[in-house]
Amino acid sequence: MSVLIYTESENGAFRKNAWEVASYGAQLAKAMGTEAVALAINVTDPSALASYGVARVLQVNDPRMDTFNARAAATYLEKAVAETGARVVVVGSSADAKFAAPILAGNLKAGYAPNVVALPESTSPLVVRRTVFSNKGFAHTELSGNTAIIGVSSNAFGTVEAQGDARAEAFAPEVSDAAFGTRSVSVDKATDKIAIADADIVVSGGRGLKGPENWNLIEELAGVLGAATACSKPVSDMGWRPHSEHVGQTGKPVASNLYIAIGISGAIQHLAGVNASKVKVVINNDPEAPFFKAADYGIVGDAFEVVPELIEKLKEFKAQNA
Amino acid sequence: MKILVCISNVPDTTSKINFTADQSAFDTTGVQFVINPNDEFGLTRAMWMKEKQGATVHVATVGGPGVEPTMRKALAIGADEAIRIDAEPTDGLFVARQLAEVVKNGSYELVIAGRESIDYNGGMVPGMLAAMLDMNFVNTCIGLEIEGTSAKAVREIDGGKETIETSLPLVIGGQKGLVEESDLRIPNMRGIMMARQKKLNVVPPVDMGAGTKDVSFEKPPAKGPVKLVDPSQVGQLVELLHKEAKVL
Ligand SMILES: Cc1cc2nc3c(=O)[nH]c(=O)nc-3n(C[C@H](O)[C@H](O)[C@H](O)COP(=O)(O)OP(=O)(O)OC[C@H]3O[C@@H](n4cnc5c(N)ncnc54)[C@H](O)[C@@H]3O)c2cc1C
Ligand SMILES: Nc1ncnc2c1ncn2[C@@H]1O[C@H](COP(=O)(O)O)[C@@H](O)[C@H]1O
Repeated sequence: MSVLIYTESENGAFRKNAWEVASYGAQLAKAMGTEAVALAINVTDPSALASYGVARVLQVNDPRMDTFNARAAATYLEKAVAETGARVVVVGSSADAKFAAPILAGNLKAGYAPNVVALPESTSPLVVRRTVFSNKGFAHTELSGNTAIIGVSSNAFGTVEAQGDARAEAFAPEVSDAAFGTRSVSVDKATDKIAIADADIVVSGGRGLKGPENWNLIEELAGVLGAATACSKPVSDMGWRPHSEHVGQTGKPVASNLYIAIGISGAIQHLAGVNASKVKVVINNDPEAPFFKAADYGIVGDAFEVVPELIEKLKEFKAQNA
Repeated sequence: MKILVCISNVPDTTSKINFTADQSAFDTTGVQFVINPNDEFGLTRAMWMKEKQGATVHVATVGGPGVEPTMRKALAIGADEAIRIDAEPTDGLFVARQLAEVVKNGSYELVIAGRESIDYNGGMVPGMLAAMLDMNFVNTCIGLEIEGTSAKAVREIDGGKETIETSLPLVIGGQKGLVEESDLRIPNMRGIMMARQKKLNVVPPVDMGAGTKDVSFEKPPAKGPVKLVDPSQVGQLVELLHKEAKVL
């Protein structure tokens, strides 16, 4: 028996979410009195997992996995479950994890609970708390069967330092070319920008910014904060910003530490997608805007005056705290 | 080409979410149900393939008789036939297993589902279905072109997009981008009239256990009031975010 942790990687190194997923898996293993084993695909040096309580690392080296392939990742996970007798598989909430996990669940006929926000309330039976209805509610979900898959919500659990050996061993089960099935032709990713899913801070603009020509305000603020940029749905529908920035119930979910909404009214569909963020700030010139009811901090004012001022103040703050 | 579009029946996005008094279930009192928004994009993409490529488009839903109005809407938008698997959709594994049976029996080559249902936010059914059927799968799909048995798909990844080549049989987890918002079809009078003549087949479920069960629900705790900062004191906001909220 064990807890199997799927740690994601990119260009030979762990992705940022690996630490949170590893922490969750290791703490769960501790609660279950078992061992935390990580699967790491094409990671040059997995030893850092030791600081999060991982006991063993199954290290896969497969050049075919240099670009992510969900079906093949699910196959590796399935083989790792067989190898370790895992009772629980812990995965993250990235687009890749949410691509591979249901395939694994289908292969194993295992229950899968995504968007889990805390360690299980009970391990026998296994019961987890997860967000449902786009953050408008929580469900307590029981997972039955021999193996269960838990998808940990980003930023909900955090990292927990713990001692582990992270004993690496080569893991090379047979995974046929047929397991690939899809072929990546090209990846189009802005390397100089922070992805919404990875961001601690997200700066988001709405229709209140009047037009795409004013987005320098959003970009500059995001630049000072090291934040990702996002937008409301109409902004992307009108083509002011790319669809990949659309956040909300029908766009990308946001679960950052800080979400700053500028010129966004706070429609129910927008809030549903961003409410999981820990601290929300709204800047809007209409004191009646619904976002003020959902936010922690707010400024009632004109974005074109407030935001440049905020950028200046943040620059001063950064200079003092550098 | 035979296409199956999987439709889940979900509360309208403006719905207030409440649970029953014993917290054991979602309270549907007064809730309007609609086609899951992610499925609407998929259905419209399928309509395009019907018109331009001569595809046959069926829709399937796992649910009780109460989901039929949503299915009629899909027929009014232009699907040729509908299939209702007569069972409560208990969990992703159960639903995927039911749909797998429909896909096998109907020899569908392309299955278009949504990235996730906006109610339980599972994001499970399409991937599980692909696994059960041993079909190729592209999730968070924002572009799809089929030619013969080859498929070119674009999927959203964290921070960008990826173009993928694959082949039929294929399952898609779709979302906005498959078509633009402005291209979404709204049923017109003629569509609604024609939908009345179309077949809505009801089939019994096959045996399959569930892997998960939602034992209880709760609403998030009420939020405290917003702290307002005067627009002439923007520096205070930076202070609060640093010292109080500790996010800077
Ligand atoms: C099925 C469905 C799904 C949807 N999904 C989503 C979704 O996922 N995400 C999403 O965002 N929306 C979604 N919507 C749309 C949603 O209902 C709202 O229409 C949308 O969020 C509004 O965007 P907005 O706040 O940018 O624009 P508006 O509602 O027009 O708000 C603009 C705000 O800017 C303020 N403003 C104006 N000028 C200034 C200024 N100079 N300085 C400061 N503030 C100013 C105004 O007071 C106003 O509050 C969905 C709708 C439907 C029907
Ligand atoms: N009861 C259902 N009947 C038919 N299709 C469904 C059902 N539930 C989910 N789906 C499909 O699977 C997608 C993802 O749903 P889910 O896994 O529930 O988040 C939906 O967008 C639908 O296409």
